[in-house]
This record gives sequence, C-alpha cells and structure tokens, in this order.
Amino acid sequence: MMAKMVSLTIDGKPVEVPEGTLVVNAAKKVGVDIPVFCYHPKMEPVGMCRMCLVEIGRPVIDRASGQPLREEDGSLKIQFGPKLETACTTPVSEGMVVLGATEKVKAGREDILEFLLTSHPLDCPICDKGGECPLQNLTMGFGPGESRYLYDDKKHLAKHVPLGELIYLDRERCIQCGRCVRFQELIADDPVIAFSQRGRSLEIVSYSEPGFDSYWSGNTTDICPVGALTTADFRFRARPWELKAAASICNHCPVGCNLTLNVRREAVSGGKWVLKRVMPRQNEAVNEIWICDKGRLGYHFGAQNAERLEKPLVRKNGELQPATWQEALELVTERFQSVGRGLITLASGRLSNEDLFNLGKLTRSLGGKSILYSSMAGGDLTTQIGFAPGTNFADMGKESAILVVGSDLEEEAPLWWLRVRQAAKRGATLIVLNARQTKLDRDAHYSLRFPFGTAAAAVLALVNTLSPKRPELPESIQELARSSELKAAAKAFAEAKDAAILFGGDGMGLAETQALAQACANLLLITDHFGRPNNGLLGVWPRANDQGAWELGWQPSMNLPADLAQAQALYIVAADPVSDDPAYLNAFDGQKFVVVQDLYLSQTARLADVVFPAQAWTEREGSYTSGERRVQRYYPALQPNAALPPRVESPGSRRAQVLTGLRAELDGPQADFAIPAFLAEKLGYEGFVHASASLVFARLAAEAPSFGGLSYQKLAEVHEQWPIVGRSDLYYGGTTYENTQGLGVQLPLAQGGASLLSWPQVADFKLPKLGGIAFPITRLYDRGATLMHSQLLHKRIGEPYIILSKQEASRLKISQGGFVRITFTDAERSVVVQAKVDEGLPERVVLAPRSFGLPISGPTPVELKPAG
Amino acid sequence: MSFVKDTLDGVKATFTGLATTFREMVRPPVTIQYPEEKRPVRPRFKGRHVLKRYDNGLEKCIGCSLCSAACPADAIFVESAENTDDERYSPGERYARVYEINMLRCIFCGYCEDACPTEAIVLGDNYELSFTDRRSSIYTKEFLIEPVPEGGKATPQKVEPGIYTRSVPAMKDPED
Repeated sequence: MMAKMVSLTIDGKPVEVPEGTLVVNAAKKVGVDIPVFCYHPKMEPVGMCRMCLVEIGRPVIDRASGQPLREEDGSLKIQFGPKLETACTTPVSEGMVVLGATEKVKAGREDILEFLLTSHPLDCPICDKGGECPLQNLTMGFGPGESRYLYDDKKHLAKHVPLGELIYLDRERCIQCGRCVRFQELIADDPVIAFSQRGRSLEIVSYSEPGFDSYWSGNTTDICPVGALTTADFRFRARPWELKAAASICNHCPVGCNLTLNVRREAVSGGKWVLKRVMPRQNEAVNEIWICDKGRLGYHFGAQNAERLEKPLVRKNGELQPATWQEALELVTERFQSVGRGLITLASGRLSNEDLFNLGKLTRSLGGKSILYSSMAGGDLTTQIGFAPGTNFADMGKESAILVVGSDLEEEAPLWWLRVRQAAKRGATLIVLNARQTKLDRDAHYSLRFPFGTAAAAVLALVNTLSPKRPELPESIQELARSSELKAAAKAFAEAKDAAILFGGDGMGLAETQALAQACANLLLITDHFGRPNNGLLGVWPRANDQGAWELGWQPSMNLPADLAQAQALYIVAADPVSDDPAYLNAFDGQKFVVVQDLYLSQTARLADVVFPAQAWTEREGSYTSGERRVQRYYPALQPNAALPPRVESPGSRRAQVLTGLRAELDGPQADFAIPAFLAEKLGYEGFVHASASLVFARLAAEAPSFGGLSYQKLAEVHEQWPIVGRSDLYYGGTTYENTQGLGVQLPLAQGGASLLSWPQVADFKLPKLGGIAFPITRLYDRGATLMHSQLLHKRIGEPYIILSKQEASRLKISQGGFVRITFTDAERSVVVQAKVDEGLPERVVLAPRSFGLPISGPTPVELKPAG
Repeated sequence: MSFVKDTLDGVKATFTGLATTFREMVRPPVTIQYPEEKRPVRPRFKGRHVLKRYDNGLEKCIGCSLCSAACPADAIFVESAENTDDERYSPGERYARVYEINMLRCIFCGYCEDACPTEAIVLGDNYELSFTDRRSSIYTKEFLIEPVPEGGKATPQKVEPGIYTRSVPAMKDPED
C-alpha cells in the first residue's frame, strides 16, 4: 500500500514525499540542509534544541468554499506563521512553503548557537570529536562570529567523568540534546543513563553497576552531536582528519555488521600502520547505522601485537622453532602426501569464504575430510530454506511473524536482537520460545517457556497444533503443548503473511541444534513460510562465517574427539579445540602429524608439528557470508607484518629485484587462502590461486553453485540508502560512515527446499535426580581468544562463573558470588568457579557460559561441591 | 690641444678612483666574521621552530595536531597522549607524546604558529639548519623544546591532584 503523497516546496525546490514525513527529512531528500542537534532520523523527534527553526507558510483556505485562496497573479495565497517553527517536529502538508535561508531564520539559528556556546568550553583543540563535530561545523556554518557573553563567566563543570570504564562524559561539552538518553531507552532498551537535575545544573548520569552497563554504549558516542561522550578506547589516540578509512566486516558474530576501520601510522609503533578505532558503516539491510560494543571495542586480536605469530614454526628435537616458509611448506607437503586419506582439516567460521574454499579443495584433492568446528548444526537446512534474497528485517512489520527459539539473541547476535525488536515494535508478532528468560522477552507478544533440553520438542508442539500429520510429543512437553498461549502463538505464526524463525544454541550442542533446526524447518514447510523474501530459517551461529562454510559444503562432525583421534594427520585452521575442551587432548598423542594455522600460538598450536602464521582479517581482503546469507566484502586496513624488502643499492640490483620479486622468498604471516594454495602448488594440483582474494573468489563463484555469477565487483555495488549519513552533514545521522564500498549480495537458495520434511527424533529429556546438568549459554563478552586481547573489556568479561538455581545454592550453602567446584563427570575434570544464583532456574539446572574455560559443548552431567 | 686635455682627464680619473680607494681604506668593514660573529635577526624573522614552556617548566604544547593540519607542506607529525597528575607534561588533559618536524619539507610559512591555540610553537631565530643525511632532517620534540626555565621543573612532573582541571589552559587573546 502506497502512502498518500504530499507536494511542497522547500527553499524554492519542489518535493513530493509520503504523508507524515517531517519537514527536516523532506528537505534532506532534496539536498537542503536544515541543521539539527536533538533530532535523529532513527528516533522520534522531540524538538528540544530549537536548531531546526524555519519559516513555514501554508496555503490559505477559504472557509466558505473550502478552496485555497489565490493571489491576483493566480498563485496560491500563502500565509506564514508569526514565529519560526521547528522543522523536526512538523509534518509536511499539501502546498506548504518552507524557507530555510531567510534573514529571520539565520538570526534564529545564530541566537540558538550563541546560547549553546555560552556554556560550551571550546576545547576543540583537544576534543576527540573535534573535526567531526556537528556543533563545530554548524557554528562555522550558521553561528555568530563573536559572542556577547564574557569568557570569564563561563560555567565550569567536571571534564572527565567516566560513565563506566568504556565511555567518558565531559559535562561541560554536553548540550543536553538527550540523543544518548533516548537511544538507550528507545533503541537499546537499556535505560541506564538519564538526565539528572534541571536547567544549567542538568547533567547525564549513569545509575547502573558497572557504569553505563549496555552492549550499545558506543553508539551514543556516534550520535552525540558534541564531544560530551567519547570512548575510552579512542581517547586522544588521533585526530579524526588524520585517519585513513578501510571498509570492513565485523567477524565476531554471524550478523556481519559493516565496519570502517580507521588506521594511522604511528611513531611509537615504529612507523607501522595501527588500528585506531572501529566505526559503524551504514548498511540498512544489515546493521543500519549501529554496531555493538564487542564489534567496536573488541578488535585488538586482529591488530598487530607482540604475541602474534610472525614466522612458521617447525618442531625440531621436541620443540617448536622458527623456520622458513620453504622448509615448513615442504615438510607439510611431504607428510600430507604420505597420509592422503587420513587427513582431517578442521576449520572454523572465523575464516572467509575464500579460505574455506581453498582449504576444502585441498583436502578433497588429498582425499581427506573437512570438518567445520562449530557448536551448532542445521546449516544444511538454512542453505535450502534460509533467508531468500530480498529478505530484510526492516521490511518485517504488521503482517509478519518472527519466532526466536533457543537463543539469547542479544548475547549471541546483538544486532539481530535490535532489529527483531524493532520489527516487533512495528507490529510483527514476536514469539520467543526458550528455556529461560532473555532480554527479548520484554518485546515478545508470546513468551513461551519449555523445560530445559526440550527445544526441538517445543517447536514440534507448535507444529502439532497446525499439522494434520501430528508428530509424537514427549511427556515433558505436554503441559506446554496443551497451553492456550502456545496454540495462539502457533496460529499467529501460521496466519502471518511472512514468517521467519531464528534458532540458536542456548543450552544446546550439536545434536540438539540439529533436531531443533529440523523441527523449525518442518514448521516453516507446513506453514509455507519459505523460499520467498522475509521468510525462512536463520541460524544464530557462533561465528561470523559459519553460514558461508555450510554453503561451501563444510559440516561439523557429531563425534569430533573420535574423528580427530582416528586421523593420521590434522590440519587445524583458526580453531583451538584444546583450550575449549581438554577431551581433545587425546587426539594429540604425538603419533599423528599436526599442522595448525592461526594468528597466535594457541593451546592447540603448542601441540603441533608445524605452525603457520596467518594474517588477521584486518590485514587482507576477503568475504564473509552472514547468517542472512549476505556475502559481504572486507578490505585490508593494515599491512601484514613482514620484513621490509632489502635496501635498493643501485639501479642494477633494483632490476634484479624486480625480476626476482615475483618469486621472492615468502616472509611473515600469509593469508589463510594462500597457505593451502602454496601447499597445492607443491603437491602439483591444478586450479589453486594464492595471488589475491578476488581471484580465489572468481574460482569459488565458478565452482560453488550458490555463489554462481558473483564477483568482487558485484559485492562492491552500492545504492542510495535512507537516512543519508556519513557525508559532510554529520549533525544529521552522526559519525557513522557512508557505505561506498559495497552492500553485499544475498545468495539464492539451494534447490530441494520442499522435500525436506522429515521428523526429527526427539527423545524425552529428564533432569537427573542427583547431581545436575550443565547447559552451555553464550555470553557476548567471553574469555575466547578473539576477545581477551582487548584489555579495556576485561572488567566486563569477568572471571569464569556458572549460574545455579536457588535450591542448588542453598543445598551447597553458598551465596551469590561464592566459589564452587564443578566436576564434569564425563570429562573427569573439575574447575573452581564463581557461582551466581538465578532464582528463575529450575532445580538441577546449571548454566555454564561457553568460552570461559569450562569444557562444555552441549548438555553435560556435572557434580557440584562447595569450594574452599 | 687634445693631447694635454686627455692627459689631464686621465690624471683626474685616476685620482677620483684613488679617492674612493683611500676613503674605503679608512672606513670600518661591513663583512662580519660568520660563524664566530653573528648578525641579530629581524623581530619577525622566521627561523627554526621552538616548542615553548611555561615558567614552571610545563610544556605549552597540548598535542592537538592543529599545526600539523595547518601545515601546507605536511611537515609536522604529532601523536598525543593523556596527562596524569603523576606524569604531567602540560597543564591540560593532553600532551604531545611525539612531535616531529621534517625540516626538508618545512617552508617556514609560519601557519603552525598561527594555528597553535596555546602559542606553544614559535618560529625562532635559529637559521643554522644544515644536516648531512635525510634522517637528521627530522627534528624531534627533545630537539625542538626549549630548555626548562630557571625555577621550573623538567617534565614529566608529579603534581598535586586538583590543580590542573581544565582541558586546555585558559588563554588571553594574543596581543600582537
């Protein structure tokens, strides 16, 4: 349904916009700048700052006839109001005339700016916002040349007020526009900061512990129109105009937020390019203009530091010693050739499409087996009935339904939480189905709880109410299955025009997510919600490119420790199974040949025979496939750490160097796609490319059916997005970067979607009478290798802990924060960790966060004892 | 009698020339014995940059990079860091951790002086800027900063908390 269009003129330019559009947005569409401070295109207007004042005239209507009056020359008679009006709160109306550059308007803006500057410190020279500051820009553009107020009478307030350790507030600089407070309340749903006091004493305060306790806090520094809120990470690290920008994609979670990496050469790092900060880049179909704090502040593992591997390591006399690439590659070639079919390549979704393609191809050529290192299954289904091209959370509204099952969405994929929440606010029916309460429940229309361990059965219960071919339901789910709320939810889901399911791995491992994905697929198939835009199944994967791995044929193994133990040679890339679970140690018995390719000397790498140093995603090109099946490109921001070429002494030697340069000795870390190609070259296989990521991608597009027709040029295509951000008018959308490097392309669905219907085996799940079961949960800030390099986040990450029920805590006689010894019965391993008590948890259930040093990949029997 | 006239003219010209010679013989010389002796420079001469200090020894530079932004030759490189009361370099929140000028690039236009909000960088009167390899053309902060004035303390200083609370020290409008 098209909204009614309204025509008006703004500064003489005719515009036609949908009814209800605000004047400030209509002006932006025709390129007229109406300056604002408090208005933001992603939030409702409040009209607090009065910067957007314009003259507005409306046609005069004759009361008797209802017709507009006309001047003598036939033009419409326009009547202007006696006062200036705020363009950000006024919706357009037919025939409206807006004047934004008259003397009256200019005087109005000058006065507003003069007032704002009476209490602004003008410490622009040292302010981190200086150079990309709306107040600075608008003062230059519209402000008075001189102030009538006396400098000595300025109000002095605290300059350095940490709102927690991540975000700093400068009370003097705040112009009290309330953008941050409104963002936290309306968009992030973490109202942890607020205005305190009134008038000139008004200040922003944080009343959470730790301060500014939100995963979204960094976004407030982007939309703050002054330097009042800045991140601790970027404090005084560079001036914005000195930074170079490289487009990138976040590799922490499957959302694939578009980023801009800001780099600068740094003298204290010996003249190297250094990553100075991470900023969001607009992609209205992925992350809009936001990113979470993990993406913004957790980039340090991809930067260069002393712990990064720089040279290949080869085990000699029992110890890993630096070696040349030539030596390492030759050794690996020889050993791989001799094991052939006994090779297992284990890689994680931290790698790009190109890396996984070359690794998979090498493994196939050798006759080995490729295994995806992942804690979730079901990707075979998302490739077939996943999100179809054209799917965008922004298009889901009144006629859509979204089911989120088995996922703590804000912890697992924050941006999807934000977008699902907004879809619910637009009117989409949100059904949250989980074993425990999560933040998404606040916005759910139907919030359903299933007993721990019965996620797939709970989805089958939904199917049961809709399908004539009713699947059998286990005993433990019967109570939920009979509830009227579940029936209503199932009905709403089936009747919605469009419906999508997001399934995660909250409390589940591989086997459980496999069953859950199958159950979700059945629900989509019987309700006919697949194969078209805004419908389908979305896996909330643990890593950025898990979906890409599935698209390229990688699959996890249901019994990984046994598979690894049986292999004759292992090639482990971007995975560290030994730190995750010591059960994998059995695979490293010293008999088999182990090659590890990673950024750091991980626990697994310490056990390897050969270690290849890899380039971080910041140092190279590549592409990721997001969970929404959008292939997106990232670009190099830093130069890989390699020795400089030898000094050129004379023209003669320069020529020699140019001639031999193409076959120059390899040095320093190499790209993950290049290393398998080097090995293939030595093994004599055809069809491998190592020269550049774009060439690998061209081969990938030719050989992998779902990537057919794609190229790096296609991935780099952009089109106009609304709202317009990142141009010279920073006052409007904030400091988010404009997307000029590519919006990505969504993959077409694999064939065979309709014939998937098969009922998953759902055994009844009962909690034990003695001991307990630990269920893995995902925390956004974990102790994984990709986050522990970010010192700033350590306080938020915290020490390893588990969550206990109230009954369990009283049985163990421990209180909140006490220490408990948890023994993993199967792994025969025990760890002492802190205990948190959650009153909502059922008895016998223990929640254990992943990547906190606890060996947990699925529901695991445990025993608890008080420690100490 | 052109012969006599020519002779007299010749004698006259010889003595005119000799007069100049004798006059110059008794006049004091204009040349000075550089480098032993140096001529004072004009008040607005633009020589090598000096980074100034306050009387207490704290550096005037706050590491804002505006000189670097204003420099038409891209000769200045600044990296800043944060002051603490235990290690204080400048009175504000921020100081220049690295300050380098590439003298091969500098064109002595003085825009850096104009851009400086704290009058920290001044084009001084030193014009002796020879160096013999390109690396020595990079003048570092240690080289550019003026010595600690009498009664002042070297930086970094340890100061009492609560004295330096402004982000940029309060400045009066420049007088010249």
